[in-house]
Amino acid sequence: MSFYLSALIMGLCLSMLALGIFISMKIFNIPDITTDGSYTLGGAVTAVMFMHQQNILLVLLAVAASGAIAGALTGLIHTKLKINALLAGILVMTALYSVNLIIMQRSNIPLTDASKLLFGLIHISKTDDLNTLFIVLLFVIIATIKIGYLLKTDFGVAMRATGNSESMVRALGVNTDRMKIIGLALANALTALSGFLVTQFQLFADISMGIGVVIVGLGSVIIAETVINWLRITSVWGSLALVLGGAVIFQFVLAFTLAIGIDANYLKIVTAAFVLLIVSLPRITQRGRAA
Amino acid sequence: MINIQSLHKIFNKGLPNEVQAINGIDLNITNGDYLVIVGSNGSGKSTLLNLIAGSILPSSGSVNIDGNDVSRLHDYQRSRWVARVFQNPLSGTAPDLSILDNFRLAALRTKRKGFGIGINDGFKARVKDQIARLGMGLENKTGQLMGTLSGGQRQALTLLMSVMDDCKILLLDEPSAALDPRSADLVMQTADHLIKDYHLTGILITHNLKDAFTYGNRIIQMAEGKILHDLSSEKKTALSQNELFSWFS
Repeated sequence: MSFYLSALIMGLCLSMLALGIFISMKIFNIPDITTDGSYTLGGAVTAVMFMHQQNILLVLLAVAASGAIAGALTGLIHTKLKINALLAGILVMTALYSVNLIIMQRSNIPLTDASKLLFGLIHISKTDDLNTLFIVLLFVIIATIKIGYLLKTDFGVAMRATGNSESMVRALGVNTDRMKIIGLALANALTALSGFLVTQFQLFADISMGIGVVIVGLGSVIIAETVINWLRITSVWGSLALVLGGAVIFQFVLAFTLAIGIDANYLKIVTAAFVLLIVSLPRITQRGRAA
Repeated sequence: MINIQSLHKIFNKGLPNEVQAINGIDLNITNGDYLVIVGSNGSGKSTLLNLIAGSILPSSGSVNIDGNDVSRLHDYQRSRWVARVFQNPLSGTAPDLSILDNFRLAALRTKRKGFGIGINDGFKARVKDQIARLGMGLENKTGQLMGTLSGGQRQALTLLMSVMDDCKILLLDEPSAALDPRSADLVMQTADHLIKDYHLTGILITHNLKDAFTYGNRIIQMAEGKILHDLSSEKKTALSQNELFSWFS
């Protein structure tokens, strides 16, 4: 498979996670790093359930539900016990490592029968790679439309206001604690769906697949945010589309790094440097303009 | 409308920095009253307002609204009766949401925020009509983000938002303190009109004695968590500005 096609598919798989980070970080203003754990959780549940020949719809539901439970736990710890959101996320993420091991019973599960997986289910294109691309694209578009619709509803407006002006939404009759718990559940359900997609794309789940994956989501959202601020985009659809784009760009940068022959061991430092560059870009250009 | 009985609020109870913020208040506010509360800093005005709104719960005593004991209800549950304008214009509105989104939430203050899209053409027209009352020219900018408006504009819009849904009590916590004199006047007059037009029960906290003199039909002065003076309708009308000033000397 072409290097860049593979990066494109991987970017789309991880765009669900980026949407999750977008919801927790941008909409609820909560730095949630349950992500590392809930992503692996999604992968673990997927692999174990396919190993036991479960129906794909059932797998999908179980993955989303497990991610939602993980997120809701972080939310409960954060709102009810008044513990810093970052710490609440770290606690749940740490605990999830053991949970994932218990679910998987070993550190790596390969998926042997690809015909029962999402990408073997429908045949839109004759070539396997393009088929995978089309299915993943369809999955991502459907999920994005659902999230976009949700954000437009009255409930969605209340969600967006919760992270923006808490005193106001409470005065307008919204239980902000409950709203945050629902928001983190939604964000981590999406993250787990990324685990679901990636596991089927790579044909294995691994206990360490989630380590540092939160930075992929953060990087994607920050790329999107830079463009959002730059083009002054206010529409919900525009923002969501840019988050998806951010996730794809992120994978392209990693693929490019590997393609020019940089040692794969340096990938994490390249990732960190790339995110740093994107974050500081607005400041650097501003300073240039001022001078 | 609001009945408060032997209300106490102690912050940091048992600690060296214990504060008796509200020290036994009995207060009965009848339907349609516009009550003005004055008092120096730390006298307990804002605490009293927060106790009525439910953002803090009392240490002892009870708060009744419209015949319901709401003493243990949270602020988001009391929003069924109570709308609020904060001292800080930023607290009453969501800056990254459009004017329309802000008004949509306000229109659902007493209702469920469901999974339907509530912002339709009918709703947009309703918001436009409502905003046109201000005469600020904002009625054609409802798609604009709230954060792009001035403090005065945001405070005036917050007032209008309170009557987008069924409202009985309007709490005003120094709504014009952070504004320039012209915006402050506009906000105070808008509040006065809304309270009269919609037959609201209003409570205004203010440090501006001219406002305290001009608005409302009842005035109380608070000191050290207690009510020091309480003048209702005729007595407030008879009150001279000089007398009011003398309360603070």
